[in-house]
Amino acid sequence: MIEGILIGLTTALTFQNIFMVMIGCFFGTIIGMLPGLGPMTAIALMIPITYGFDPATGLILMAGVYYGAVFGGSTSSILLNAPGVPGTVATSFDGYPMAQQGKAGKALAIAAWSSFAGGTLAAIYLLFLAPSLSKVSLSFRSPDYFALMILGLTAIAAFSSKGQFIKAMMMVVLGLMLASVGQDSLSDITRFTFNNMNLTDGISFVLVVMATFAMSEALTIILKRNDPTAAAKQVSLTELGSIKIDKEERAKMLKTIPRTSIIGFLIGVLPGAGATIASFLAYGMERNLVNDKEKEKFGKGSVHGLAAPETANNAACSGAFVPLLTLGIPGSGTTAVMLGALLGFGIQPGPRLYMTNPEIFWSVIMSMYIGMVVLLILNLPLIPYIARILAVPKNYLIPLILFFSITGIYVMSFNNFDIYLMIGIAVVATFMRLYDFPMPPLILAFVLGGLMEENLRRSLLLSDGSWTFLWDRTLTACILSTTILIVGWQIYKTIAKKN
Amino acid sequence: MNINTTKIISLLFFIFSAFYLYTAYQIQVFAFDENAPFNARTFPIYLGYAGLFFSGLKLILPDPNTIKVEHKTLEYKKTGILVLIAIIYGATILKVGYFLTTSLFLMGSYYFLGERRWVLIFMLSFPFVAAFMYLLHGVLEIYLRDPFLKLIGVMG
Repeated sequence: MIEGILIGLTTALTFQNIFMVMIGCFFGTIIGMLPGLGPMTAIALMIPITYGFDPATGLILMAGVYYGAVFGGSTSSILLNAPGVPGTVATSFDGYPMAQQGKAGKALAIAAWSSFAGGTLAAIYLLFLAPSLSKVSLSFRSPDYFALMILGLTAIAAFSSKGQFIKAMMMVVLGLMLASVGQDSLSDITRFTFNNMNLTDGISFVLVVMATFAMSEALTIILKRNDPTAAAKQVSLTELGSIKIDKEERAKMLKTIPRTSIIGFLIGVLPGAGATIASFLAYGMERNLVNDKEKEKFGKGSVHGLAAPETANNAACSGAFVPLLTLGIPGSGTTAVMLGALLGFGIQPGPRLYMTNPEIFWSVIMSMYIGMVVLLILNLPLIPYIARILAVPKNYLIPLILFFSITGIYVMSFNNFDIYLMIGIAVVATFMRLYDFPMPPLILAFVLGGLMEENLRRSLLLSDGSWTFLWDRTLTACILSTTILIVGWQIYKTIAKKN
Repeated sequence: MNINTTKIISLLFFIFSAFYLYTAYQIQVFAFDENAPFNARTFPIYLGYAGLFFSGLKLILPDPNTIKVEHKTLEYKKTGILVLIAIIYGATILKVGYFLTTSLFLMGSYYFLGERRWVLIFMLSFPFVAAFMYLLHGVLEIYLRDPFLKLIGVMG
């Protein structure tokens, strides 16, 4: 492992990669601060640029964007009570009251230090856990992978649907259907191309991400007459106050951070759960663990109440990399985008990644830590200035998002058809967003579609067409039982809610 | 009768799944693969049934969280114009070239979204696109096809 860490450090600590982490964190913070535009949009907009770099650098840039976006989301939660991303909603419960008491600088500092500590501790857990898990996952067979993918898709549908599980499952199926367009990987038979040569290679992953996130989010902002930059304009006017944390506050943070980092990391590892659930759970758990006097302060500017969700959401971000790096199965929409980008580089994440491409495996883990340091020493003092950059009116912001999206597709394919297809998918996605059809399950399904078919093919061929492979192995049966429980529970909830 | 839009979307998805399933059955596979445990049409067929199942479920089950969208408050006109500009941009980018079409697309979008300060509109279009092109083409060595710049001799 020491050798791996050194490889990671050597790769991550080059001038180019440190610069990329800085750029990623800075850009991610800006996007994360804008309500409605989350880490997935930020990463999606970065994908075309990453193709100009080697895979390690590209992934380091995306990891920086990811952490920056989560940090940016916390900033708007604290200063404006307008969370940029769902994972920072719980941050506003105590961060915003603190800012209203004239302690905005202190709240930002507590959030930044907690994020740093949570992310750092989680990176350490990942450092130890990922190689061991990779070894364990080498014993996984095709039926286990197939069952695990179904579990991942079901879980993300259950967690991201806000009580609309069936809608989320429809999006999963739609994502898989889109992934099935083009040549079959084994027989080269074309499917659903309708004799259109442009569809022979299938629909590009970048196209789908750009259309369903960047472009459709931009169109939704215009359609709903939202102004994500309006909130940022107020930030520049806010008096932030001191960013110093006193001894008593430090002591409180030292109690909260270790326990919430563990819960955040574990929730992050679970497929589909992610930062939002981790932060809410950590907030609730922390409220139960503190004494009655501290409990009363929750919701009124509690240090514990602010440090807990901030630690947990960053720890969850690192935890989400565990299934991606060890199994090759992303646990969240954001890591699904990263998987898609890795596949674009010709790299297949999975248990063998840390043996075949150790520089990628370890440099990503190391860059997480560097990203945390960058966020702390660079972004925290720069927040008022970043907020001023954000005061760019939406009249400029929206065309620029559309421009980045179309450019991304143009430089990849030099094809009009792809641009039309992207616009078409974006229009449909915008309409579906109005009716709360979630997009992350679609992306995860689209990315996993090919792998899922491949594992089903192997499983069915090995069992001579019999579906008994689903319960022949205990592991497969356990994973599938969990999936059935989730589906059954969600359908029961839908019926029970109405009655 | 007030029809729930979510149900209409579900019905459309049901029809789409039926069409997808029909097309999946039409996929031509090799003769020796016809009776194999798995061939090119197996997975799409399962997907078609899954689509029918979930959209059918959405249609028949009660909808506890009905989404109501106030269409009167939505900005259809500006969104439509923006989509139209994007389509025109997509149609001309290959023939005219990246620099000119992108700059005009940005100018048009800023204008239709309500910006009237021409200096800012200009600064954030032509010089901005030139700088971005330099970053992509010059620094990152990502090829950008541009017949217009080639014609006037700026690009080789």
